[in-house]
Amino acid sequence: MTATMRPNISACPACSAAPAAEALAEQAAQKDARIALSVPGVHCAACINAIEEALAAHPGVESARVNLTLKRATVEAVPDVTPEDLVGVLERIGYEAHELDAGTLSATETDKAGRELLMRLAVAGFASMNVMLLSVSVWSGAADATRDMFHWISAAIALPTIAFSGQPFFRNAWAALKHGRLNMDVPITLAIVLALATSLWETSLSGKHAYFDAALALTFFLLAGRYLDHRTRAIARSAAEELAALEVPRAIRVEAGEERQVAVSELAVGDMILVRPGGRMPVDGEIVEGRSEIDRSLLTGETIPVYGGPGQAVSAGEVNLTGPLTIRATAVGEDTSLHRMADLVAIAESGRSRYTSLADSAAKLYAPGVHILSALAFVGWYLYTFDMRTALNIAAAVLIITCPCALGLAVPAVTTAASGRLFRRGMLIKHSTALERLAQVDTVVFDKTGTLTAGTPEVMNLDQVTSRDIGIALALAQGSSHPLSVSLTAAARAAGFEPAEVEDITEVPGYGTRGRWQGREVRLGRAAWVEAPRLARTAAWLRVGDETLQAFEFTDRLRDGAEAAIAALKDAGKDVYLMSGDTTPAVEEMARRLGIPHWLAEALPADKAARVQAMTDEGRHVLMVGDGLNDTAALAAAHVSISPASALDAARVASDIVLLGGDLSPIADAVQTAGSAIRRIRENFRIATLYNVIAVPLAVAGFATPLIAALAMSASSITVSLNALRLR
Amino acid sequence: MNILTILIPISLILGGLGLLFFVFTVRSNQYDDPEGDARRILSDQYDDKPKK
Repeated sequence: MTATMRPNISACPACSAAPAAEALAEQAAQKDARIALSVPGVHCAACINAIEEALAAHPGVESARVNLTLKRATVEAVPDVTPEDLVGVLERIGYEAHELDAGTLSATETDKAGRELLMRLAVAGFASMNVMLLSVSVWSGAADATRDMFHWISAAIALPTIAFSGQPFFRNAWAALKHGRLNMDVPITLAIVLALATSLWETSLSGKHAYFDAALALTFFLLAGRYLDHRTRAIARSAAEELAALEVPRAIRVEAGEERQVAVSELAVGDMILVRPGGRMPVDGEIVEGRSEIDRSLLTGETIPVYGGPGQAVSAGEVNLTGPLTIRATAVGEDTSLHRMADLVAIAESGRSRYTSLADSAAKLYAPGVHILSALAFVGWYLYTFDMRTALNIAAAVLIITCPCALGLAVPAVTTAASGRLFRRGMLIKHSTALERLAQVDTVVFDKTGTLTAGTPEVMNLDQVTSRDIGIALALAQGSSHPLSVSLTAAARAAGFEPAEVEDITEVPGYGTRGRWQGREVRLGRAAWVEAPRLARTAAWLRVGDETLQAFEFTDRLRDGAEAAIAALKDAGKDVYLMSGDTTPAVEEMARRLGIPHWLAEALPADKAARVQAMTDEGRHVLMVGDGLNDTAALAAAHVSISPASALDAARVASDIVLLGGDLSPIADAVQTAGSAIRRIRENFRIATLYNVIAVPLAVAGFATPLIAALAMSASSITVSLNALRLR
Repeated sequence: MNILTILIPISLILGGLGLLFFVFTVRSNQYDDPEGDARRILSDQYDDKPKK
């Protein structure tokens, strides 16, 4: 590492003359001092303790705090501590962790909008309780001067409260009216304003009925609905945004033989960039120097790494596996193939926004209906009595009685309960209508590499190899960071084998490892290099002198819960498909292993999207589960989509739901939860309608009193919320 | 009915105090991690003051 990378404040006197540089260094130091990690596995008091203790024990960490609600750990540490260290610490004690970008984090940390809603909710709650107290006295018989005084005090509390708490509804209603549309907020605003106006008028005439308590209770219940809705979305949105910034965008640029770490956004075409083994290509480019193997699975779905040498083109997002590579950038930023793919997604996305949520379609029916009903009541009573006061009072009563307290709570109460349940199982609902769309799913399409499989190979035939060969292979493999070598080493160690004594071990990047055993040359590597036949499966070959040729066959390790998830989905009557860019034998084998009836191999990104589109045209509702860049178009084209947290940015952005943990089994659960959530929402709509069917005729007939309005409103809101809680 | 001149201000003041305390709890980040705070009571680590 070069000195430029460490944000140390220089001690030399000349540098103190450069305050700008110092300020810059200080800024960087401050930014590094706070590290945030997403820890999807944390769920209990013991986890909190274990994580906080482990993090605090790490040198350089000043304090660590776990937030269980957001499943996140915040660490204050000296600048030397890197997030990778801490992720390692957590992985050693058995918790999966991802780094979160501190910049995005601070933007979402103090949830201003949520806090504002909570304040308004609290003020409305306070005022409605006080006014209710006064109203109860009026209902229980306060008369004349006492009643008028109570009404005036109620007015004094209600008016400023509504002016403050009702703002979100007023703003939305105004915005809708300005564009000549009607939304749920228009009848709400009209009801609140009309109730206040007629109540003031009544009070000034010493009238019997005032609706101050109803106006406040309405505001309170509706704000509660809004707050729940906001909270569910805010948690998901902030977590998703922070995840999106997960791949911290830095690259190593080679400038006149010196390595400098720079932000990816600063790279230009023609720059020389060093990509170390294990690093991801930050831009599209051409290899200038070095030999290695490249993992393209995120882009194409191929599991077998491809060889990379000078002159070969690489795309942003590919992972360099074995040797250091220097590449010359040919396309940066927006022009990279990765970003062009993201543009494709944006086009497909626009199709999805056509889906109208249940709440919106209810509002579309509801808002005009209420206005017409109330206007009819007003006109009818005016023609009947020619009394403006009576007619206006009844119109206000109709608006209040029909006001969508229960409707406003019907959807958010259920989605909050459902999202909370799924979040506890490690799923993040990013899109507001994702649950509704998930409930309609009848076909599930899985990607293979990285989705059904963990992307790490597993040795298949260790028991068919002689222990001598395993010993030699282990000795050769243990020094290499190639995924096949790492996996072979782990498997051989776990089976209790010891490495043989092999000397002069050297790794030839892109080919394999060679050494000397008992005077004979031994090689472990790709088929062509050891002069062995190619196999259909992923394999590493061992050659001992001229006599033995031994293949180690690998298969991709299944993700935890993959079998359970597919079995559960099939039990639930869904059609399950497997679509992959990998070779036919590999895909066929995977399909057989998991019992998936339909599969498609060697699919290009466009093939996948076209296939999903074709299924959609057949009238199916497709759930796409995928992680790679090759899946993004299909993810966006599907009715609803899920991607794991390990997926590429573009894929996560394109999907509606992000799976935080490595386990796939919550997918089946999510489909089921979504189904029952939609049933609850429909039930809630029915409850709200039923209450309107009973209360509206009373209001139109002029029998509604503030007491009846208050009872009906509270009863329906509470029934709806309790019904939503049954989901837990 | 004169008692009302005392009772009504009292009810308003008590309610207002409750509101003020609630505003204070919101401002001091006490609702940032309700689930974690509920579990921390089971922790045997002494945690006598809230950390930021």
